[in-house]
Amino acid sequence: MIARRRRLVLVLGIVAGVAVAGGLALQAFRSNVTFFFDPTQVAAGEVKPGQRFRLGGMVKEGSLIRQAGELEVRFAVTDFKREVPVVYRNVLPDLFREGAGVVAHGRMQADGSFLADEVLAKHDEKYMPPEVARSLKKGETRSGM
Amino acid sequence: MTPEIGHYALVLALLLAAAQALFGLLGPVLAQQRYVQAVPFAVAGQFVFTVLAMACLVNAFVQMDFSVRYVAENANSALPLFFRVAAVWGAHEGSLLLWILVLSVWTVAVTLRSRALPQRFMARVLGIMGLLSVGFLIFTLATSNPFLRLDPAAPDGRDLNPVLQDFALAIHPPMLYTGYVGLSVAFAFACAAMIEGQLDQAWARWTRPWTTLAWAFLTAGIALGSWWAYYELGWGGFWFWDPVENASFMPWLVATALIHSLAVTDKRGLFKSWTLLLAITGFSLSLLGTFLVRSGVLVSVHSFAADPARGIFILAFLVIVIGGALTLYAWRAPLLRSNAGFELTSRESFLLFNNILLVIAAAVIFGGTMAPMISDALGQGALSVGPQYFNPSFLVPALPLLALVSVGMHASWKRGNLSRTQRPVLATLVLAVALALAVWLGAYGTGSLMLPVGLGLGVWIILSSLVDPIDRLRRGLSLSAGVLGMSVAHIGLGLLTLGIAVVQTASIERDSALVVGQRAQLGAYSFRFDGVEPAEGANFNATQAKVTVQRDGADVAVLQPQKRNYWVQRNAMTEAAIKTQWNQDLFVAMGEDVGKGAWSLRMQVRPLIQFVWFGAIIMMLGGIIAGLDRRYRQLKPIAEQEPNTVGIAAEARTA
Repeated sequence: MIARRRRLVLVLGIVAGVAVAGGLALQAFRSNVTFFFDPTQVAAGEVKPGQRFRLGGMVKEGSLIRQAGELEVRFAVTDFKREVPVVYRNVLPDLFREGAGVVAHGRMQADGSFLADEVLAKHDEKYMPPEVARSLKKGETRSGM
Repeated sequence: MTPEIGHYALVLALLLAAAQALFGLLGPVLAQQRYVQAVPFAVAGQFVFTVLAMACLVNAFVQMDFSVRYVAENANSALPLFFRVAAVWGAHEGSLLLWILVLSVWTVAVTLRSRALPQRFMARVLGIMGLLSVGFLIFTLATSNPFLRLDPAAPDGRDLNPVLQDFALAIHPPMLYTGYVGLSVAFAFACAAMIEGQLDQAWARWTRPWTTLAWAFLTAGIALGSWWAYYELGWGGFWFWDPVENASFMPWLVATALIHSLAVTDKRGLFKSWTLLLAITGFSLSLLGTFLVRSGVLVSVHSFAADPARGIFILAFLVIVIGGALTLYAWRAPLLRSNAGFELTSRESFLLFNNILLVIAAAVIFGGTMAPMISDALGQGALSVGPQYFNPSFLVPALPLLALVSVGMHASWKRGNLSRTQRPVLATLVLAVALALAVWLGAYGTGSLMLPVGLGLGVWIILSSLVDPIDRLRRGLSLSAGVLGMSVAHIGLGLLTLGIAVVQTASIERDSALVVGQRAQLGAYSFRFDGVEPAEGANFNATQAKVTVQRDGADVAVLQPQKRNYWVQRNAMTEAAIKTQWNQDLFVAMGEDVGKGAWSLRMQVRPLIQFVWFGAIIMMLGGIIAGLDRRYRQLKPIAEQEPNTVGIAAEARTA
């Protein structure tokens, strides 16, 4: 009888532990997942104010501006319909260039620009982030209609 | 000619693998002794032809045969010899061939080391491994044949991706695959036991060394990959929760649980069906890892291959293997009940907690890794899960896990008698807390609370791992390889823990644009930019910067990071410069010329980061020591020695 009760306590303890861990994980998940938006969605106001998200598209040709000798860069991310100005204050990745696909993590600022804390351009010339590819394709068919 | 020989060798290997599977699985069922005896020959034949195929592919790379498509896509005449060999597994097709070769090596090892096991059982084990080999060989031949010709031949190759041209990455895939595929041995043992409907402590004893060795290789493989990402990708950290990293970490966590659960099955005859489930899950996650990395389903720097047709094949293969094993489990596991009792504070309990926490950790990572794919498949939008999720969620199971190591290690089997070992546990705890506080306040000042907590846990684990071996040596008792290996592996875990705790909380990083002579201050260190100059390598030219690091006005290090331009692939690539000291790394990576003579630089001071990989290597050593324990090499089946060795089992059955 005692053995059985002890086992019951053990099982209950384990179930409680798993439940707590699961709950915490879900909580962490809900508050820390970042969604992807393209410039059209940003322009349409789909991003909640202050929300951290990933902005993806192409770096607009001729949009890269840097004050000589400064770390800060500004460029525009475009899906060929809308564009979002981006500010970034760290070292750009190797494959970052105008006309190439890019994904930036960060938040919108009050002045309508996107302050990025991380910029990703992947290690492959042909590579385009799938979300960016899809978002661009969507744009093509839409504009084709 | 040699590529064709390689191709035919693969076909022959497939036929022999099929024979191995057929004879191995049908022999015992039909009670055909001749079938059973044929299995080792099929194993040997498959090994010979797999090696031949691999040799042909290596030869094609060494000879730079650009009429072979795979060679033309992944090598170049300017590529140094070492990387030409490593390029064999630099992409999808060759890495599959490596997978098959590693499986064949494990199969041969099992055949050789297990001649004393019951023949029927061995035939079944080898049959299961043959089935796995058949699946991978069909996959390779049908969708990913590395021997296909290119007509007309390419004048020169497209070269190996520059980020892969690195020593650590050259040996990372073989290590990782040895670990991944090694888990297939535990899987095959589990399936064979379920088919037989019988699982005893001898079974656990046969399975343990294989699992422990596979785990050791997996540990080394993951550590190498992490080290590579640190210094080659120039990201500057040791872990990024990248899907590909997670894909290798999940089977590692489950394999760790499996090692501990096997110990209970071996010593007490408990946790039988749980052990089986872990063996199935561990290998399934290995397959999933191959699937995640190789199908291009996941977006990550690692996913060099992208071909959905292959993905569908692997998915079908996964469903068959995992589904089949789980069906077998649902059918047979109820036969394998064990009904012994143990008390709440016995070692069994602590190992149970260990297992639960490890599985929770694996589940948390699984959720975060799969969520983007699931959300995408359901049309819920593209989401991404990053360190903000993984770090806190992983800590929830990891902290209690680490806290229980020291207590659990000293608990006795079956009886919940903690008072006997109270003294060493408490003494090491007090010492660890004192040391952690001293180091925290003395070396790193105040900061995140996680620093002293992690330090304390790490030191406690190390100290309490030393108690048992020292005590045994002092009393003149022998120290078995099993116990020694366990202590060493736990010391490695302690080193890893304190390394992670410090590097995660006390690192300093700064990105700055500096002109020649200008300095950036990181803590006690000042980084002075001394200008750039051109440099040249075997197959690239580069711009090389010089950065002098000083502390209190004295030079500590001169770092020379490079920005490389590989001639063939024309990608700019950052080569970070790192000065490693025992207690910290000084790191500089180059950004770009930002005008007015200034360069953007990424500078970091990372204390104790080397402890992370050092700890992992110690863990691997511990695994190897434990896996080679003489106890496992008793070739006699346990059943023959029943009267004197399985007393505990008898006790357990009557309890």
